[in-house]
Amino acid sequence: MDVSVPENVVVTRLDSLASWCRKNSLWPMPFATACCGIELMATGASKHDIARFGAEVFRFSPRQCDLMIVAGRVVMKMLPVLQRIWLQMPEPKWCISMGACASTGGVFDTYCVVQGIDRFIPVDMYVPGCPPRPEQLIQAVIDLQDKIQREGTLMGSEFLTEARQQPKRALLDIATASNSPRPQPLPILPNVGV
Amino acid sequence: MDPQALQTALKARFGEVAWQYSESPRGQRRLVVPAGQLESYLSFLKTQCGFDLLIDVTCVDYLHYRGARDRFGLVYILGPSTSGERLVVRCYLNEPDLTVRSAVPLWEGANWLEREVYDMFGIVFEGHPDLRRVLMPEEFAGFPLRKDYPLRGRGERHNFERITRNQS
Repeated sequence: MDVSVPENVVVTRLDSLASWCRKNSLWPMPFATACCGIELMATGASKHDIARFGAEVFRFSPRQCDLMIVAGRVVMKMLPVLQRIWLQMPEPKWCISMGACASTGGVFDTYCVVQGIDRFIPVDMYVPGCPPRPEQLIQAVIDLQDKIQREGTLMGSEFLTEARQQPKRALLDIATASNSPRPQPLPILPNVGV
Repeated sequence: MDPQALQTALKARFGEVAWQYSESPRGQRRLVVPAGQLESYLSFLKTQCGFDLLIDVTCVDYLHYRGARDRFGLVYILGPSTSGERLVVRCYLNEPDLTVRSAVPLWEGANWLEREVYDMFGIVFEGHPDLRRVLMPEEFAGFPLRKDYPLRGRGERHNFERITRNQS
């Protein structure tokens, strides 16, 4: 039997459709603790206008967000707050580590500054720079959109793979971290989505 | 209060040998007092000499400092509320006795400043109403601005639970 598809009808997969919806309406949670926060504000303001990518709805309640942007250094006292906010965000959710401090601790290699938030919460995109230009953050959002479209699924099964449960960097044994070899990079995930 | 009058007043009240007054070429005035009597010196300076404004409380660790005889220098910076004068009141402390009387009864503003000194250096202020850590987490052990504390800490900054993707 012939199945004819009328005009104005597009056939796709449900996973793909869900990812398409999600990637174009990311609601960021601005976790801005330092000067990167100023660039984050500039990204949201009229000149750079992150609304062009559907991510302009900065929410200050984690319950309404699905993209955490950690902008700035995170200290020991702040990290439990960061983790709690991350856990309060509903699935599916993503995280952008903005700037050198959030990604690695930056120049603040001191007793109280966490040396990269990816040690303690999952991170999807890293933005280099000190602080990054708004264009770089926008590029990260675009890359994250690509990632969501590429591997996103309706039920979020891409978050449950074995590789996603691994730490990004070797922190299993802190005491010997300085003289142990660097961890092997994780295998590249197979494309789950489209 | 001009320096001469200040020294005369201090002599009349505390004798001549207990304290040392010095003035740097730039006009910075410094008063070194014994740690045990710090509170009475501060009280005298506040009530009799016009230094009624507490600018700052801080501390210096002289470990490995060239020519230093004492370990900690506790610094109270005072000024009168009517002019721009400054007077640095300093006392030296050595382990194991790192206690001084608190200045909170004299200046309410010393509360958090002394808490910070306690947090960073471990100086204990007797009579302080609420001597808790103010900057570091309460469960933190150690005093990070002491010179024998490692710059990168003792691993406290790594001591957190790691949240993975399927935990959230």
